[in-house]
Amino acid sequence: MAQVHFSAGLRELTGGLARVEIQASNVRRLIAALDDMFPGIGERLSEGSSVAIDGEILTDAEFEPVPDDAEVHFLDILQGG
Amino acid sequence: MAITEENPGYKWVGTRPIRPDGLDKVTGKAQFGADLTLPGMLFGKVVRSPHAHARILSIDTSAAESMLGVKAVITGSDFPDLAANGAHPMAIDVSHNAIARDKVLYEGHVVAAVAATTRELAEAAAKAVEVSYEVLPHVLTVDEAMADNAPLLHEGMITKGVEPAPDQPSNIASRIVHERGDLEQGFGEAEVVVEREFTTKPVHQGYIEPHAAVADANSDGRANIWCSSQGHFQMRADTASVLGVSQGTLKVTAAEIGGGFGGKTVIYLEPIAVRLSQRAGRPVKLVMDRDEVFRATGPTSGTRIKVKMGVSNDGKLTAAEVWMAFEAGAYAGSPVGAAGMTVIAAYDIPHFLVEGYDVVCNKPRVAAYRAPGAPMAAFAVESVLDELARSIDMDPIDLRLANAVVEGTQASYGPKFPRIGFVETLEAIKEHPNYTAELGPNQGRGVAAGFWFNAGMSSSATVHINENGTATVVTGSPDIGGSRQSMALMAAEELGIPYESIKPVVADTETVGFTDVTGGSRVTLATGAAVVDACRIVIEDLRARAAKTWDVEIDQVEWVDGQAQHVDGSQPPLSLNDLAAKSGRTGGPISANASLNARGVGAAFSTQVCDVEVDPETGVTQVIRYLTAQDAGRAISPDYVEGQMQGGVVQGIGWGLNEEYVHDENGNMENPSFLDYRMPVASDLPMIECCIVEVPNPAHPYGVRGVGEVGIVPPMAALGNAIKDATGVRLTDLPMTPIKVLEALNEQSD
Repeated sequence: MAQVHFSAGLRELTGGLARVEIQASNVRRLIAALDDMFPGIGERLSEGSSVAIDGEILTDAEFEPVPDDAEVHFLDILQGG
Repeated sequence: MAITEENPGYKWVGTRPIRPDGLDKVTGKAQFGADLTLPGMLFGKVVRSPHAHARILSIDTSAAESMLGVKAVITGSDFPDLAANGAHPMAIDVSHNAIARDKVLYEGHVVAAVAATTRELAEAAAKAVEVSYEVLPHVLTVDEAMADNAPLLHEGMITKGVEPAPDQPSNIASRIVHERGDLEQGFGEAEVVVEREFTTKPVHQGYIEPHAAVADANSDGRANIWCSSQGHFQMRADTASVLGVSQGTLKVTAAEIGGGFGGKTVIYLEPIAVRLSQRAGRPVKLVMDRDEVFRATGPTSGTRIKVKMGVSNDGKLTAAEVWMAFEAGAYAGSPVGAAGMTVIAAYDIPHFLVEGYDVVCNKPRVAAYRAPGAPMAAFAVESVLDELARSIDMDPIDLRLANAVVEGTQASYGPKFPRIGFVETLEAIKEHPNYTAELGPNQGRGVAAGFWFNAGMSSSATVHINENGTATVVTGSPDIGGSRQSMALMAAEELGIPYESIKPVVADTETVGFTDVTGGSRVTLATGAAVVDACRIVIEDLRARAAKTWDVEIDQVEWVDGQAQHVDGSQPPLSLNDLAAKSGRTGGPISANASLNARGVGAAFSTQVCDVEVDPETGVTQVIRYLTAQDAGRAISPDYVEGQMQGGVVQGIGWGLNEEYVHDENGNMENPSFLDYRMPVASDLPMIECCIVEVPNPAHPYGVRGVGEVGIVPPMAALGNAIKDATGVRLTDLPMTPIKVLEALNEQSD
């Protein structure tokens, strides 16, 4: 099971939960599973986030595999200069 | 000095050859945005709002249109209403920022544009456009914008990130928060707690080349655009969105670019030029002057930041509480999100709360500026760290070493850090002679550090092998920091041929695959990885052709030092030249493409120490010594890496000591020129000494991290800490001008 961590900002959509465990083969399925648990979070994560899987920050990572024991964080999309 | 974990024996990577763009630039042959002239070309001029906030009641273009030689006049009504089309809010903001519709939100906001046969006629026609305004009250700072009953820029703006959502609109676009542990417990464990409040002013990226665009629209709906930008694919996408056309109808060619630093990731002139060209049926050139650049293009945010931090007597940070408000300018989108993620990211602090607000106000929409958001945040936190170190009588680098994040530390913004080189930059500074150099009267020393994520994103590259065995490396990354040289160096290393045999080229949007902007310190990593991939495809092809020539299996062929060699030496080697010359016989031209969404981004850290001398009679701060240590991962092109490090420091020195937007009571900028907006020049500065630290990024073929941004993060705090060391006064409001220094010294003596 992947461990998905929520930032304080996202916890407003998870009823205060800081972490959940979810089995999902890729990021898209992970977001869909999270949206089932916390309706509305899927749109926020899909549109406004990059994802970090085991410390590696990825953009446009919809089809990125999520290993069984992965640590997953959703981050704000960053703008560089 | 460089710290290298291993010596891979590279032949080209890490060398300092002559830059490929150097000759054209010093001889004036390089074609910048304003240099292009087309047959029949018209000159455009933009009409801008003189008001910081006003409703547009009417625009009368008849007088301008009747002038002989005026070929087109356009207003916001000549562009599609994206809101009615259900476009994304950000796309609507981009469109309305390019040309106002019902309201102007800052001085300099575009309201109309003209195209005429001469520049002088275009200027006269622009003046003949009559705009009637209802002037509205304005807000210029986060304090004004967040005040109760503040005038609203956007009547429908409901703060995001607050639950439950507010029932009234405000100028606060969004709130971000990061939290861990128990603040009360953390501050309870501290022996010393320091709390300070900081303010910073908007500052401009200060690129030397003003924005420029030439558009040539065809009658079939297609258009060509030549412009100076950090990403011509981004220009294509945003221009197409504003015009309401398919991206495929636009071809964008990247001009040579005279600086960007984040500020040229935004469209301003491009859709205006295309629409004028469509209306006139002739090419149109638009070029901003410096006044327009200051009044109408994005600076970075002004901010107010409150920081409270606690430390134990043995130097362990126990808690941090940060509150930040960032000016976004006219539309939502300040870098407060990145500021919140970076503000304490360099340190392992068990208990923290970081809260930030994105606040709109009647100034130009902010644009990215090197490590957007991080420098202001670091000014605040690194100043407080200096206070904490003084309070417990600890060396400031030792304090940072005691709390520095390392591989495996859970970052304040979430994930665990991979291999990083922060500690190595701290140690490099501590071991350098500058750190213990003797100081004279009125002199002081300051240390500060900074963090930036760096980025990956999408890049493409094509490698062509020419008939004579030379290579052309084609990418879609505008070269603002030496990317052509770093691409050529990596290609030379891969192919095993001389650097001079490789020509790096930046191609237009129809000639190379999609490539994200040159920004986020990403090009050497991401576009570099695409170049390496393309070279490796080429090498596989070359091995196969050699195998065919020798009538052996491909696994009998190695590629070594630019030539195919049989593993047992039974065949005379075939050079790239040999294989290229006979490519027609072995399958045709040799060429390969690679496109990728880059993986393995490596974070960057910088530690800096500066010495200043403060004149107690004038308050003038002179930087007398400056050293910056930065983890580059691997310096592909050390000359350019040092240039990026020095450039970031110099811009930070300007931000810290001189630069600020000054507005009058009507919201009009009073210093829109380099005479009154004082950026540092060479004679103001000592040599910025560089220490490239190399802790290779294990996820990149050459260990690259990216170097363009983090260098601007520490300077303001380093300067403030040095002024404190020299004078005993702590300055918390940027820029730290002579007047402010004198006032602080006078208060101290009272």
